[in-house]
Amino acid sequence: MDLTLTPELAAFRDEVRAFLEAHKSEHEGGAPKDPRAWQRLLIDNGYAARTIPREYGGYGAEPDILKARIIAETFIEANAPRGMSGQGISMLVPTLLEMGSEEQKRRWIPPTLSGEIIWCQGYSEPGAGSDLANLQTRATEDGEDFIINGSKIWTSTAAQAQMMFCLVRTEPDKPKHEGISYVLFPMSTPGIEVRPLTTMTGQAEFNEVFFTDVRVPQANVVGGRGRGWQVANTTLKHERGMLGDPNATEARLKSLIELMKAETIDGERIIDNPVFRDRLMQLQARVLSMKFNGLRTMTDDTAGLARLVVKLQGCELNHQLAALAIDALGELGILYEDGPHLRAKGRWQWNYMFDLGLIIGGGTAQIQKNIISERGLGMPREPKTVEA
Amino acid sequence: MRFALSEEQTLLQDSLNRALADLVPLERVRRYPGEGGPAEVADVWMHLAELGLPGLTIPEEQGGLGLGMLEAALASESLGKVAAASPFIGATVLAPLALKLAGTEEQRRLWLPKLATGAVTVGVAISEPIAGARDGGGVTAANGRLSGQALFALNATGADLLLVADRSGGLHLARTAHAAEPMPSIDVTRRLTALTFEDTPAEALASNGALDRLRDAAWIMLAADTLGAAQAMLDKAVAYAKERKQFGRTIGSFQAVKHLCAEMAAELEPARALVWYAAYAFDHAPDEAPLMAAHAKAHLSEIGRFIARTSTEVHGGIGMTDLLGLHFWFKRIGQNRQLLGGPEKVREIAARIQGLAA
Repeated sequence: MDLTLTPELAAFRDEVRAFLEAHKSEHEGGAPKDPRAWQRLLIDNGYAARTIPREYGGYGAEPDILKARIIAETFIEANAPRGMSGQGISMLVPTLLEMGSEEQKRRWIPPTLSGEIIWCQGYSEPGAGSDLANLQTRATEDGEDFIINGSKIWTSTAAQAQMMFCLVRTEPDKPKHEGISYVLFPMSTPGIEVRPLTTMTGQAEFNEVFFTDVRVPQANVVGGRGRGWQVANTTLKHERGMLGDPNATEARLKSLIELMKAETIDGERIIDNPVFRDRLMQLQARVLSMKFNGLRTMTDDTAGLARLVVKLQGCELNHQLAALAIDALGELGILYEDGPHLRAKGRWQWNYMFDLGLIIGGGTAQIQKNIISERGLGMPREPKTVEA
Repeated sequence: MRFALSEEQTLLQDSLNRALADLVPLERVRRYPGEGGPAEVADVWMHLAELGLPGLTIPEEQGGLGLGMLEAALASESLGKVAAASPFIGATVLAPLALKLAGTEEQRRLWLPKLATGAVTVGVAISEPIAGARDGGGVTAANGRLSGQALFALNATGADLLLVADRSGGLHLARTAHAAEPMPSIDVTRRLTALTFEDTPAEALASNGALDRLRDAAWIMLAADTLGAAQAMLDKAVAYAKERKQFGRTIGSFQAVKHLCAEMAAELEPARALVWYAAYAFDHAPDEAPLMAAHAKAHLSEIGRFIARTSTEVHGGIGMTDLLGLHFWFKRIGQNRQLLGGPEKVREIAARIQGLAA
């Protein structure tokens, strides 16, 4: 255990701080004034797309987990917006780097990093959720092309995206994991219909996407025909890593403490109520555990199990923090639409509802428990029923 | 920056775990409640002394290993893992710390070398000013003499020296008490004693708030002990679920069972990082240590209780029986939870430490 920064890392932190100080007029309220220009500036200085090779529009630095953490912390400290995220940057780009052809990398990575192209992910289907490999969207061969028919669900940003990376079944006669291909196509292709999917938050954070005879060149397959399952799995692990990020949880705890200090009931601060205070302390211990667990996963070779539990524990904890905030607000906590008594724009209720979706999405809590018990504890798998 | 055990720390814990697996098999734990119990404890302590364990935190010039609170937490975890009875917490951690913070040069010269070899054990009677006084407990000090009763004293039976905290938090070293009555508890691996003082002579240690540091150290040790005991219960549950067959399948292949195991692991593994950090902070970030120690104590109490009952359930009916002996760990975790303050009490202190409670 050595939690001090080496002189090199301390100097790096000073460098990031100086950069943020010099450019603080370029963002406001945590958002950049010109998102594309901010993204360009961050990439040029190594604070976004840091480890993506230069020839694909990145900064080209060696991977360094500690520098990445220092960047994240220093940006939070300055309330400065990070580089663009989204499924193109966080999932497609790493997939292409690992599995794409040279031509695909050169064509798609630079405009994705710069924010010119927004992507959506076409994985889940109405009949293929936790059992993703059961997906039924069919791509049939027609000369040089595939003709795609079927539908996808839980597609965030489908309405804004120019492109989709999509899993389709190209070999229906093969075992389910071997008949899938990973294919890229524009959302403007004829035959694609996007329908917003409104959730309990009242907003449409997701969409359904329907394909009717959608024609896509076979050349747009990534990683080879029938290899889509392996290609997708290279990046599903990236998605699980994003969910349950302890930095976000720590920030949420801070605002919860501020809320409980600021709000009063009958003139008494919520924080002075011993029942609420005890609940807060219970959650603080959990937030600290996940924070230190996160530090450990970055630097400890023996942290295999510690890594496997992050999604399950982190998402549950975020949900519990929102639940306590609502309870602390009491009747004020149920207000949701604009009005004189609304707190934090109804954000706590929104989090409480949306974060239940994060407990389910990206591998449900139950799937996470399968993973933890099978891969982490070496327990036997559920016996398989005969495959259809 | 590195959040991980060093190679030396890993080696230390591995060798302790190996030694303790041989030294404290379940058959020995079963003998603790009997008349030969104290002799069993002394025998294990003698063997651990050969490894240098008693002098773990004592400076090298006094014959110890000169290691820190993280190493002590690792040792405490190892002891909890096998439910070992030992005078570790008093003799190895709290007494050397009290002497370092509040002892005289002469007291250190007298006691530390003997503590380092394991020749001297120390009873610890500090419950009242930390957890609150029950049944009229509490000791007062005047003119080098102690009066009153200290309940829930640890390792005090047969101890060569008693470390006593009076009601106002002052620390004292007494050779003996006026009377010592056992307080039979659920956990036969750590006996509790009610010590009565009646104008009993004692040497006062410096009055400089050392009790707060002792409290933090004790909380970290109890948290680490629960970490080890809970890990043992999880390991036993997983092993049993892989072996036991019902409905023609190992029960570990049923999600209803394996999800219980996953939940235990998901709670325990991040708690390990919290215990490590609390111990690290005790030596390297003293400003943060009181809060981290409190959270470690309270949080491990909560997840310890969850794992103790869940592991027992995974074992089914046999988990309840004395045949399996799982209950020794169950009770050890239950005892750690209440000792020196249950989680509600400790969390209230955690809130106070950061200015969130009056």
